[in-house]
Amino acid sequence: MTECAVRAEGITKVFNQGRPNEVHALSEVDLAIEPGEFVSLIGPSGCGKSTLLRVIASLTEPTEGQITVYGKPAEQARLDRDYGMAFQHSGLFDWRSVARNIELPLELMGWSRDKRQQRAREMLELVKLGQFGDHHPAELSGGMRQRVAIARALSFNPSLLLMDEPFGALDEMTREHMQTELLRIWSETGTTVVFVTHSIPESVYLSSRVVVMSPRPGRISTEIPVDLGGRDADTRESPGFFAKITEVREALRAVEGAE
Amino acid sequence: MTGLRHRLSASLPPVAFGLAGLALWESLLRITDPRGFVLPPPSEIVAALVDNWSQIWTGTRHTGYVILTGLAAGVILGVLAALLVTRFRSANETITPVATAVNAIPIIALAPVFNAWFGLISPHSNQAVVTVLVFFPVFINVTKGLTQVQPSQIELMRSYAARERQITREVRIPNAMPFFFNSLKIVSSLSVIAAIVAEYFGGRQDALGPMIIQSAGLTRYDDAWAAVFAGAMIGIVLYALAALAERLAMPWHASVREAAR
Ligand SMILES: Nc1ncnc2c1ncn2[C@@H]1O[C@H](COP(=O)(O)OP(=O)(O)OP(=O)(O)O)[C@@H](O)[C@H]1O
Ligand SMILES: [Mg+2]
Repeated sequence: MTECAVRAEGITKVFNQGRPNEVHALSEVDLAIEPGEFVSLIGPSGCGKSTLLRVIASLTEPTEGQITVYGKPAEQARLDRDYGMAFQHSGLFDWRSVARNIELPLELMGWSRDKRQQRAREMLELVKLGQFGDHHPAELSGGMRQRVAIARALSFNPSLLLMDEPFGALDEMTREHMQTELLRIWSETGTTVVFVTHSIPESVYLSSRVVVMSPRPGRISTEIPVDLGGRDADTRESPGFFAKITEVREALRAVEGAE
Repeated sequence: MTGLRHRLSASLPPVAFGLAGLALWESLLRITDPRGFVLPPPSEIVAALVDNWSQIWTGTRHTGYVILTGLAAGVILGVLAALLVTRFRSANETITPVATAVNAIPIIALAPVFNAWFGLISPHSNQAVVTVLVFFPVFINVTKGLTQVQPSQIELMRSYAARERQITREVRIPNAMPFFFNSLKIVSSLSVIAAIVAEYFGGRQDALGPMIIQSAGLTRYDDAWAAVFAGAMIGIVLYALAALAERLAMPWHASVREAAR
């Protein structure tokens, strides 16, 4: 068996342990993600999706359990800069131009100025914002800002892309456009993606596997493989797509009904 | 070019308003004629300014020196303390409550005490009053700016394995800039008040504060107002410099881009 991109074993996360406001955010979560997979996490609000993502990213320590990323402990993977992250709010730095936002991780990694600028140009081309390098984030639309955030997350070729509702704040048309772009980038770069979403069609359209989570305490209830082949404009209207949507919806309903 | 014209036309209303106000002030006092008692008309203040020019210029230089040095020391100390407090969480927990408590003391009331410490005719006591008064707004605002950072931005930096020093440089300091310049604009006028009131109690006798007291004591209100006017000019110049620095330092910021429209 090849090495997993992400292997989570028995992950439990309790916030404020022993205090009155104790929260069991995650309980006994096991998850294995193969290199190159696109996995979506979906589930009711508060079921621990963001927490699981942050545990994988080693931004918070699990109370119990082990995370390995490409065979390394998560903390080591973070220090090795294996992660590219993007959040619901683009999290761009207003004081840096668009190009210099993309260069930020490269600066921290000690890239030379020339290499950085060249890379930022390439990434801007990739997300179709070639003309906007010198603009400030405040001058961009929400969708454009989100594309910059994705370009920044991809700029240093991270081996694992972690995205928390990155398209949550976008309108439907922009959202579908961004999904297409993300899939194109994914197929061009071949990175592994873990993608948190609230949208059933989005999870089905993007993923090779949808992981359905249930709340209180957060755990994985179902995993639904999605095998729709190459996506294109027609995918969204194909019977296979609708069948998968129904399958995910029913899994979610079962989770919410159990509450 | 259009920007310049735009800026000129934008400054027209306040200038017109100011001139109209002066005219009204002048004519009201000419009609009611309270003999320069309490409030002399602007023309007499200007005349007093011209008559006493060398004395007022000397006073402006001395008071300006107290303000500038006290201001610089207060701003530097405030920023350093804010950086220290943000860097070490435990320092934050001890210093911030103390700072808030000390800030509740009416520091200007301590001017006579400072005189006792530094000597009655030394400008150091006045500088100290200005420094202490300037310190707190700068410290409190900059600390807020350094700590109230979007958590996702910190997480992003951590995901790049950034060191604490890099997070401070790339996220906290830029985030604190608007807070810093806001406090700078506040203390630019506060420092003028602090210096002049402190000078009422001691320090150099040829500064603006003693000049106001002495002129008022001799019922030469036009001279007193001329000295107050000189103090106001220092405040306006400092405020304008702070606003200019803000503009140059953070062209990205909404307040600046808004103003530049
Ligand atoms: N830093 C924290 N301190 C305390 N409790 C937390 C913290 N972060 C998350 N929680 C709690 O953990 C649970 C899971 O939160 P999480 O943010 O992972 O949910 P989510 O699935 O991402 O929800 P949503 O879909 O609304 O984003 C919630 O009950 C939340 O209140
Ligand atoms: Mg979430």
